[in-house]
Amino acid sequence: MKIPYYPGCTLKTTADYFETSAIASAKALGIEMVELPDWNCCGVVGSLTSDDLIRHLAPVRNMLRVEEMNARGDIENENRLLTLCSMCYNTLQRTNARIKQSSEDLESINNIMYLEEEPYKGTTEVVHFFQLLEEMGFDELAKKIVKPLKGLKIAPYYGCMLLRPEELGIDKPDDPTIMENFVESLGADAVQWNARSICCGSYHTVSNKEIVVKLAYEILHNARKCGADLLITSCPLCAFNLDNRQEEVEAQYLDFEPIPVLYFSQLLALALGLGVEATAFDKNYIDPRPILKKKGLLK
Amino acid sequence: MTGNVKKIKLTDRSVEFLRQVEEISGEEITVCEQCGTCSGGCPFVEEMDITPSQIMRKVMIGQEDVLQSRTMWICASCFTCTIRCPRKLDVSKVAEALRQIELRLAIDEIDLNDISENELEKLPTIAIVGAYRKLTG
Amino acid sequence: MKIGVYLCQCGGNISNTVDIDAVQAHIDGREGIFSIKQNSHMCSGAGQKLITDDIAELGLDRVVIASCSPQFHEKTFREALSKAGMNPYLLEIANFREHCSWAHKDKPEDATRKAIDLIDAAIAKAEHDFALEEKKMQLGNDVLVIGAGIAGIQASLDLADSGKNVTLVEKMPTIGGNMTILTKTFPTEDCAACILSPKMAEVQGHPNVDLIVDGEIESIKGHRLHFEAVVKHKPRYISPEINMDDCIGCALCEEACPVEAPNYWEQGVTKRKAIYIPAPHAIPYKYIIDKEICLHDGNGCTACLDVCPQKAMVFDQKPERTEIAVDAVVVATGYDIFDAREKPVFGYGEFENVVNGLEMERIVDHITEKHPPRDVGKRVAFVQCVGSRDEQIGREYCSRVCCMYSVKLASLLKQAKPETDIYIFYTDLRAFGKGFEEYYKRAQKMGIKFIRGKPAKLTEIPDTKQVTVLVEDTLSRQIIESEFDLVVLATGMTANKSTEKIAEYLKLAKSDDGFLKEAHPKYRPVDTLVEGVFLAGTVQGPKDIPDTVAQGSAAAARVIGALAKKEFAIDPMLAFVHIDLCNKCGKCFDVCPVNAITQTENGKAFVKQTLCLGCGACISSCPLEAIDLNGYSNVQLYSEVNAALTSKEPDERRLLIFGDSSCAYRVADAAGVRKMKYATDNRMLMVPSSCRVTPNLIAYAFAKGADAVLLGDCPEKGNRFDWAHEFTKKNIAAVKEILANAGIEDERVFFEDFTAGQLAKFVDTMNFLSDKMLKNKAIDEETRQKLNPLEG
Repeated sequence: MKIPYYPGCTLKTTADYFETSAIASAKALGIEMVELPDWNCCGVVGSLTSDDLIRHLAPVRNMLRVEEMNARGDIENENRLLTLCSMCYNTLQRTNARIKQSSEDLESINNIMYLEEEPYKGTTEVVHFFQLLEEMGFDELAKKIVKPLKGLKIAPYYGCMLLRPEELGIDKPDDPTIMENFVESLGADAVQWNARSICCGSYHTVSNKEIVVKLAYEILHNARKCGADLLITSCPLCAFNLDNRQEEVEAQYLDFEPIPVLYFSQLLALALGLGVEATAFDKNYIDPRPILKKKGLLK
Repeated sequence: MTGNVKKIKLTDRSVEFLRQVEEISGEEITVCEQCGTCSGGCPFVEEMDITPSQIMRKVMIGQEDVLQSRTMWICASCFTCTIRCPRKLDVSKVAEALRQIELRLAIDEIDLNDISENELEKLPTIAIVGAYRKLTG
Repeated sequence: MKIGVYLCQCGGNISNTVDIDAVQAHIDGREGIFSIKQNSHMCSGAGQKLITDDIAELGLDRVVIASCSPQFHEKTFREALSKAGMNPYLLEIANFREHCSWAHKDKPEDATRKAIDLIDAAIAKAEHDFALEEKKMQLGNDVLVIGAGIAGIQASLDLADSGKNVTLVEKMPTIGGNMTILTKTFPTEDCAACILSPKMAEVQGHPNVDLIVDGEIESIKGHRLHFEAVVKHKPRYISPEINMDDCIGCALCEEACPVEAPNYWEQGVTKRKAIYIPAPHAIPYKYIIDKEICLHDGNGCTACLDVCPQKAMVFDQKPERTEIAVDAVVVATGYDIFDAREKPVFGYGEFENVVNGLEMERIVDHITEKHPPRDVGKRVAFVQCVGSRDEQIGREYCSRVCCMYSVKLASLLKQAKPETDIYIFYTDLRAFGKGFEEYYKRAQKMGIKFIRGKPAKLTEIPDTKQVTVLVEDTLSRQIIESEFDLVVLATGMTANKSTEKIAEYLKLAKSDDGFLKEAHPKYRPVDTLVEGVFLAGTVQGPKDIPDTVAQGSAAAARVIGALAKKEFAIDPMLAFVHIDLCNKCGKCFDVCPVNAITQTENGKAFVKQTLCLGCGACISSCPLEAIDLNGYSNVQLYSEVNAALTSKEPDERRLLIFGDSSCAYRVADAAGVRKMKYATDNRMLMVPSSCRVTPNLIAYAFAKGADAVLLGDCPEKGNRFDWAHEFTKKNIAAVKEILANAGIEDERVFFEDFTAGQLAKFVDTMNFLSDKMLKNKAIDEETRQKLNPLEG
């Protein structure tokens, strides 16, 4: 199947290995991720005020592109837009919900976008990669796994944007199971831990680093305490805060033991038997290869 | 008055400030029953000077010095309060409204010049974009 | 026929606008009309005497009164007829005031024309009136009480003491309900079992109470002081012939049984065997086998039978069924406790040391024992408002008792174990009842600490299993993140699942909070809108024991009042079958929403008038118009429609309205009372419900000159006949087809709901439809002829 794919800024820069591992895994599963032509910034961080309509323009433009792809025949009958980055997912979804609720807002935005060829009709649906896997069926996914990650204890880190608020989330915010199901379909063990949806500190990493360091310590320490070998995430900001910031965490907390943080697609690629270009383990700040080798999952 | 305890008045201006915040946030702030669930669950509460529920209370009685507090800048819009409030109020939207009141006066909260070269190289695009969107006017 | 017509001037209220003399001239000399009289106030003593005298002296056999709306004086006038020895149902009223003189004060000529049409319709209807007898239903002394918790027990005792025959059905193996699970009660701290047991014993021994335990209401139907139910007796697998007087109480069976399960009456805090007695104070005090864990069927285990000296076990006992018929029902099926697994943030069901309110009742009850089944540790927290006051899970209501039961559990625990450090985390502390505030203060004096904040999250510490509570103390504005040995979730009351079926069968409404709805929240708190069904206790909403007992007695009093008359007169405007017309096609047998239509031995349809509610929904199901409705018969409605439209000029337009008596007719009255002006080209006829109006009748209306037809009824929610809208929509769909086939394309048939207070909506609708009729093409005579169902 072919599906329009929205990368977002960071997947083209510092988090490029998220994209490459995801695209390669998708391909192995028979999904062709067709990059959205002429896409722009998703509009993160989405506006939470009721009077800031202009901030919804950027997301709507992206969703318009999906309609254009369909109209041109570049994609057939696929009105869904696939995202990988949790923040892009949440921002686009929020705008989508607002547009669907208010035809007046949609009209206003279309008026502002008058230079576009066609107005946005409101038909695009935003989905996250996990939802695509859930639709395929985690049992089906398990059948396609070439190298089950047996014995690997994975702490799925949801973060905020995949689950909250409830109307936009991909699963129930207080009791989600989608990532655990994903982990199990890879043949690994999903760890039950307490910090799986506690915020990583988000953009405070720019000017208020200490907050992120403290939260990262709490999250990673809890993952370790609950027996995890590594964490998986779906957000480049979370990945940075939990992976790259471990340098600062280690400096500040004496009892801290580094723990790898991976994009979920990297492990998916490994389980599907794809090569080093897809798994890209050399890009992670904390190297996951030692623990993977220890578990016999890497040579 | 040498102590810290203040006496305050409830005026038309108090009402107007409340109305302004309610309009921008789209939330009915007078519905808040001050249960404190938002504060309890907030991952950032220890970095704040006043708690999220205290923000709601100060806005309700029209105390404009709430705009001087650090709390709304510490809020990261993680929506934990949003899913917990028993009255289904969205405290993150109230924090956003308070930030916007300041930012729309062209008072930015962060400056690119304050970030080191080293950091700028490391930081993912989304962090910089996100911080700028959130913390500048 | 000798019709007496009376034209009321209403002190000028009618006669100042409607030209009464012109009306009189219009009907004078018509065949059947024997006398026409005018009077300034027909409703006065003098006016009524006029009628009664005329009936005696002139030998009138029908009376038509042109006056105010029937809703005001129909009863009075009917009584006048009765006093004169005439059947009260030989009366028709034309609404000259609310629908004519007041509504069209500014257009006297139009008001007069409308009045003329309405009196023509009333006369046409009167010509087809015939004497109706109010059927007298015998009321007996039999009452069914569903649920033998404290509410049901109290109601049963009061009913039984007053001489009623009570069938008390309880689904559990013992009576007493949830109160048997409680320890001591607030604010007096008397033990629940001690105050409940005497009542339980009394109800078991009462000569007027037939107590059925293990009994489920499999089906129940009825809706007006007559109910039939099927009770399923679930097997206990213990011989019913052996009672405890013969049993030597050896309990050897219990000792011998090899399997155990959590004990429901201990909320799982302790266990019991597969053969067990539910609780020490159970009534009946009799063993029961839990077949779900019993090993007999699977493994052939007979451990209990082997040791029983009475050989009392009957492993293959089957359920039995009994049918009962009663005159009134009290629904007292109680509450369920909120399942705290719906709030995963609190870890209930996952964390060892998180329990709910009922579990804590049992823990506290055992806490003074030498080796209590469950200890509480050093530091205990109570979390209030779990499962209530929470819009995130769709439960906005307050559960009323949890504040006080937490205070009680804390107080009992503190007295038993003074070294325990107890905190109650609340948002509001509701101590509203008698002695409650004082009790709360005594708890505070004991050193129980009340902290105002709702915990955001509980987490379990993996090695110690202690529970960390994360909460803001809103009064000191500090965040508390601290460990406790035990956390009690003060779970609220929620609507009982097993009540669902009963509510469905009896057509009982639910309030927004999921509990059963009382007829009126202020002055009918234990009645329901179903005549003869009453509510008592927590089935109607969360409440404590005193309020529950009060409602039990209240429901009993209401039943006694309802049955006191011994005889219940049913309004005779009910359905009946023209036996000569019925061809046994059976199309009406299943259509009645209250199952009032049956088939007799000769195959023809028959209406059980004790069940019929007179809505008229069945009328349109009969292709031969053999099923009919007293007071709104087919011939009457056709005659009224014909009469109301006869005076129409070819260039005029007419909107014919069928208004239901509860809402649409009333809102038109209300608009008249307020002198609201609206279009004059409409004529309203009363029907019991919009579903009375058949497709044929609507087609007939168009045939006779209507340009639009409006059906009015109450909104679907809260409608006296909650099926009305469904039937009406079907009828309208059918007639729209007929119109389309005749070439009438534009919209001409309308269905609107009104509450009696929606005056503006009514007025707007009248004006809107008046305009619409002008916009639509006029219907030509030929087309109209094609639509007449009475010809060809």
